[in-house]
Amino acid sequence: MLDRRGCVRALLAERGDLLVVSGLGAPTYDVAAAGDSPLNFYLWGAMGGAAMIGLGLALARPKARIAVITGDGEMLMGLGSLATIGVKQPQNLAILVLDNRHYGETGMQASHTQYGIDMIGIAKACRFPETHTISRESEFTEARRLLHAAHGPVFIQAHVRQEEVARVLPSRDGNEIKLRFLQAVAKLDQV
Amino acid sequence: MDPTVDQQATWPDAIHAHFRRARIRQVGYVPDAGHSRLIQRCIEDPDIIDVVLTTEEEGVGLVAGATLGGERAALLMQSSGVGNCINMFSLIRSCSFPCLVLVTMRGEFAEFNPWQIPMGSITEDCLRLCGFLTYRIDHPDDVDEVVGAACDMAFAGNVPIAVLLSQRLIGRKVWSK
Repeated sequence: MLDRRGCVRALLAERGDLLVVSGLGAPTYDVAAAGDSPLNFYLWGAMGGAAMIGLGLALARPKARIAVITGDGEMLMGLGSLATIGVKQPQNLAILVLDNRHYGETGMQASHTQYGIDMIGIAKACRFPETHTISRESEFTEARRLLHAAHGPVFIQAHVRQEEVARVLPSRDGNEIKLRFLQAVAKLDQV
Repeated sequence: MDPTVDQQATWPDAIHAHFRRARIRQVGYVPDAGHSRLIQRCIEDPDIIDVVLTTEEEGVGLVAGATLGGERAALLMQSSGVGNCINMFSLIRSCSFPCLVLVTMRGEFAEFNPWQIPMGSITEDCLRLCGFLTYRIDHPDDVDEVVGAACDMAFAGNVPIAVLLSQRLIGRKVWSK
């Protein structure tokens, strides 16, 4: 079992121009804790929508690399989007699910993954060519390669410990997060 | 062929022309009889990426992602799909994303299926409560002007706008079996 903060920090280290969408709740705090960046689009709501935001971005910017970092509960609410992504086959999109098998924000109730619902199996069935599970730090190197460089769509399930971690809160102002992201992306185009 | 009458009506072509004029690059949709001609135009257009969705709320995320990537997107859905989107529309309001939605109406005029009425009768109210401006079109002659205005406003002002294509415009659904 992985420490979620350490996992996200390791996978986002030296991230370059990676564009990151974070699912509401703990994944947003984990991505912020790994280092705030204008290339992060933090979600504070819209549960179930993270993967589709990633798809819209991936289709709009085929030369950029997009990572969606979300939780098991958020991903479960948008399982249909895996089928939609499977249809479009975006090579530049990777989804990392931090699976603690619980709904952390609402009191640590069990999620479906705790009962054996197999998200990797679902991603495979949705034609994700790269699917991978990690539960040890020794697997970070391979997970980094998949997240940043593999021919996608990529689906990574990281088994993380069920634990409450101190919240690291980025801005909650959706307009600010959006404008900052847009300005940072525009700067990438100027280089 | 899907069972909607008047697949020969050309008003969907006027919508597609506005999509091109407005440089809309992504179109999300759930397959729909009333939108079938427009969907086909979008699929055939090399400048538009068509994204078939499993549920309409996915399209709201798609619009947000496209906008973050510097592109314009539009959504096509049936009135029932508006109900599927309601919480996800908070993304549009929270971040002031432009959002252009074309809604084919059911449950309001010569509807043969009573199960369409509960959602069809509240679709426009729901959209307004979610912060959308709504335009309604009953006559084919109005499609070009109204959809053109909606495209311009949505992207000029980061405004959510829904154009309701009425059941009278689309035509009576024929139950052929």
